Amino acid sequence: MINFLLLPILIPLITGVLLMFINKHVMLQRWVASISAFVTVIIAAMLAHKVHTEGIQTLNLSNWDAPFGITLVSDMLSALLVLTTSIISFACIIFSFRGIGQEREKFNYYASMSFLIVGVNGAFTTGDIFNLFVFFEVMLMSSYVLIVLGGTKIQLRESIKYLLVNVISSALFVIAVGYLYSVTGTLNMAHLSERIASISADGQLGIITVIGVLFMIVFGLKGAVFPLFFWLPGSYYAPPAPVMAIFGALLTKVGVYSITRTYSLLFYHEGGTIQTLLGVMAVLSIILGVIGAIAYWDIKKIIIYNIITAVGVILAGVASMNEDALAGSVFYIIHDMIVKAALFLLVGIMIAITGTSNLKQISGLIKNYPGLAWTFFIASLALAGIPPLSGFVGKLLLIKGVFDAEHYWTGAIVLMSSLFVLFSVMKIFINGFWGKPLTYKGEEKAPVRQLMAAPVILVILAVVYGVGADFVFPYISQAANILVNPDLYIDAVLKE
Amino acid sequence: MEILMAFVIGILFMCATYLILSKSLLRIIIGTGLLSHGAHLLLLTMGGLKKGAAPLLGEEAPSYTDPLPQALILTAIVISFGVTAFFLVLAYRAYKELGTDNMEKLRGTEGND
Repeated sequence: MINFLLLPILIPLITGVLLMFINKHVMLQRWVASISAFVTVIIAAMLAHKVHTEGIQTLNLSNWDAPFGITLVSDMLSALLVLTTSIISFACIIFSFRGIGQEREKFNYYASMSFLIVGVNGAFTTGDIFNLFVFFEVMLMSSYVLIVLGGTKIQLRESIKYLLVNVISSALFVIAVGYLYSVTGTLNMAHLSERIASISADGQLGIITVIGVLFMIVFGLKGAVFPLFFWLPGSYYAPPAPVMAIFGALLTKVGVYSITRTYSLLFYHEGGTIQTLLGVMAVLSIILGVIGAIAYWDIKKIIIYNIITAVGVILAGVASMNEDALAGSVFYIIHDMIVKAALFLLVGIMIAITGTSNLKQISGLIKNYPGLAWTFFIASLALAGIPPLSGFVGKLLLIKGVFDAEHYWTGAIVLMSSLFVLFSVMKIFINGFWGKPLTYKGEEKAPVRQLMAAPVILVILAVVYGVGADFVFPYISQAANILVNPDLYIDAVLKE
Repeated sequence: MEILMAFVIGILFMCATYLILSKSLLRIIIGTGLLSHGAHLLLLTMGGLKKGAAPLLGEEAPSYTDPLPQALILTAIVISFGVTAFFLVLAYRAYKELGTDNMEKLRGTEGND
């Protein structure tokens, strides 16, 4: 099965095309989309197992040997992220049955979702920097459709800004690739790493730093790192809950993954300018994220600002660049994807019940919806990192690594941020679930029981991921090991 | 030739920046179009000009142009064409729905209290 690592890209692609032809048959679409998403989950799990037992998997498309053709590379990090992406897309599709409305379902909602997964899985799997750009565009195109689908006023207004930011960042991506190609003469990431090593050995670090910073801006814009996050709170606020969940859980993480990959593979020779820059950006993202999360009284905004904090925490680990910190980052990125998706879906249910996202108009939900309340409570604890839930293990490793790298301030800020994150989500719990129960207009129409399935699956997964950390850890440390030793990646791709 | 191209690209970027910073949505879209043209020309220039031959004339050819930047530009042009088309439709629909194309009036304040 040499084409195995292509399947998580191919299955959603074929499903997406198929779904476009049956877009008026809602029930059929639901079946096709959910079965295909489930099959992708199984395939991705098998892929992760295969990478674990047999090492890095590579595939040279059309049999053009690397570095000449396009190479797909599945190392442990990308396999784990593909698996997480598939799980989250499955959960969001299940949620969409009742959570998105027939109107949207009839207008290629599931097809756009499938194409989005093609882009995300492709971006995680590709080993070619221009191909990464192409998969980014596939992902962005579907995200444009998803964010505007429904055509309400707020969606139209925010899509314009989202589109504009991403068009500019795509242009910058092309420019950065152009510079990189003119300096190195190759686009294969493994080959690039070798060429950049020899350029650095010649002492021409300046141009590499410039290109590195340019890539940092491009991926920082996608990943919503301070100071490039400005578009995120507005844009993610507009679409309905399942779309918000998949955006919040996946899209920013693709940017973070790209920073991690390019930084650990391409720019690690570089003197330390990028490392410092990354560290500072990470810390500022954490601080700004918690300020936003505490300041707002809107449940969507609170969770959205928590995305920025999480991105900062992950990048703080990446900036420390040792094995513990990177293992922590990998653990935390997967944890965050699962928990963020669950929280967005739970917030979606709260909005479906109450009809508002303003926390001041919500009260006493625990009386009538105890299941919702306790699921939300567990998800909040996991987000903040209370042991034994999943956030704790990731943060523990990450902070150990950050202290080992002697970034004491960063470590302290990551630790403090956990408290504020806990405060921001507990604010939702205390004000929204406790207190005097209110009656809401249209409350009885909300299909809470059916909607709960997807977030419950994700929260159980988050708990298992935290409690079973011992079982997961070999996979995580394998991923971190490749990030620390890029030679393993290069050897696997170029097969020397 | 490269110097000339550098000026052309610089002017394109300059115009694009000016247009994107304006308030009218249509000007912004034209700005993004110019920006991607600039980026594509930059990609072509970065691959090296003045080779004076077609790409890939066989292994013994005395000179040939690097075909890779051309392939990259083709991909990038197709993508930016698609995005621009989508952007124009979105702008038209937004104008019909919101009744304005002035970015000043498109600020959002939902959930900001």
